[in-house]
Amino acid sequence: MQVFKTFDIIGPRMIGPSSSHTAGAARLAHLAWHIAGEDVKKARLTLYGSFAETGAGHGTDKALLAGVLGIEPEDTRLRFALLLAKEAGVEYEFLFEADAPGPYACMARIHIEGHTGQITDVLGASIGGGNIRITNINGLEVEYTGEYPTVLVQHLDMRGAISAVTGVLFAAGINVAGMRVFRQAKGQIACMMIETDTAVSDALCKQVRTCSDAVLDVRTIDKH
Amino acid sequence: MSYVFNTGEALLALCENEQLPLHEVMLRRELELTDSSRAALREEMHKNLTVMRASIEEGLQAEYRSVSGLSGGDAQKLFSRASGTFMGADAARAVAAAMAVVEVNASMGKIVAAPTAGASGILPGTLLGLAEVRGWKDGSLIDALFAAAAVGVIIAANATLAGSEGGCQAETGSAAAMTAAALAHLSGAKPAVCLNAAAIALQNVLGLVCDPVAGLVECPCIKRNALGAANAMLSADLALSGVGSIIPFDETVDALRTVGRLLPSDLRETARGGLAATKTAKEITKRLGLSAQAE
Repeated sequence: MQVFKTFDIIGPRMIGPSSSHTAGAARLAHLAWHIAGEDVKKARLTLYGSFAETGAGHGTDKALLAGVLGIEPEDTRLRFALLLAKEAGVEYEFLFEADAPGPYACMARIHIEGHTGQITDVLGASIGGGNIRITNINGLEVEYTGEYPTVLVQHLDMRGAISAVTGVLFAAGINVAGMRVFRQAKGQIACMMIETDTAVSDALCKQVRTCSDAVLDVRTIDKH
Repeated sequence: MSYVFNTGEALLALCENEQLPLHEVMLRRELELTDSSRAALREEMHKNLTVMRASIEEGLQAEYRSVSGLSGGDAQKLFSRASGTFMGADAARAVAAAMAVVEVNASMGKIVAAPTAGASGILPGTLLGLAEVRGWKDGSLIDALFAAAAVGVIIAANATLAGSEGGCQAETGSAAAMTAAALAHLSGAKPAVCLNAAAIALQNVLGLVCDPVAGLVECPCIKRNALGAANAMLSADLALSGVGSIIPFDETVDALRTVGRLLPSDLRETARGGLAATKTAKEITKRLGLSAQAE
């Protein structure tokens, strides 16, 4: 028997109307914004499956756009996302696709062009109760829920890359709660997703960036 | 000794053996299950109470339309003629407050899921709608919310709180049961009477289907929250008058689970049955679908 606790029952505090179609969508896009790690210039937001079907009535489009603007999922400005995007000069478009590219009813692809021209492409699902799962980042298959502070390292699939990165974390006294490595192919671009018990500072993030020639890019994502 | 209960019977035994009120057993259960302190738990609940209060005020003052344009402003209609209602002014205001929260939810406002977003009006609307006339202070309301959560964790563990699994009985039915227990608790009733109130509230809406028009949390959800608030007050009044539930709380929860399993999926939040499958609902769905594509 699953044991439920008080705030599973009374909570979360959330922006309505739907924990899956609004709160989950806002979290998904907000995580994508964190992964992009910079202000957004253009966003292409694709709503799949049930998001495409009933998303407009649930404000899924606004929740996604608010997320890429960096608005927190609990912020009441969510409903004004279209207006805020215009004010901020962010270009956006919504696409609606009936078939989801994964085994989930509610999925979205968040394609972001940042101020520096950097592209971030995140595919994820809202899996109910405001919980989410990111399944693809920039073409790499991942499985990520945002429950822990996370270091996302893009690197070349080379011997010693993983050991160099975890060595830096070890030296800083950071404990790794979970870690997964994904690669496109042998010797090609790969991605380390390292979940930690304590947050990784910007200074430490820079150390990780320069610890090995194999490391191409480092981003940190706060616990959600 | 452990305060972790998952049935009504275990909860009542703890209250009885330790001579503790319902909310105190729930707090001790939470202390056992988490790393939190008593003060932190009460503070977290106070934050919920604050958002609940704000959502009622927002829903009763401003006439936000829902995101879809399908609903909005109904809470205020009932609130403004509360004194002329058959149910009486206090009850009508509580019902209106419950509707206000769900209208705020539908307009992308901030609410507290209690236990779900779709049933988020019943608990805050009833408790805060009656708080002023009854003289309930925040401390007692926080106690009552822990008492409500005690009922909620039992239903969640032994049945379900999700409309997609158990229909509307599991959402607004559970919210009404939690609220009925909280009202009885606020009235100084013994734990057994609180669970009687919860059992009666569930029994009153057993079999209620989840049939949201166009899949939106609006019609009939806003009115089902109105019903839930009325059901909670009625059930608390019955239990406080000494009316028994006949079928005990735990067995009622078992019935909720089995009825939920017997419901076809068309009547569990898929918007394929019930009101959602009517001619008018289909027209609304078509209209909203077209506007969605145009945007």
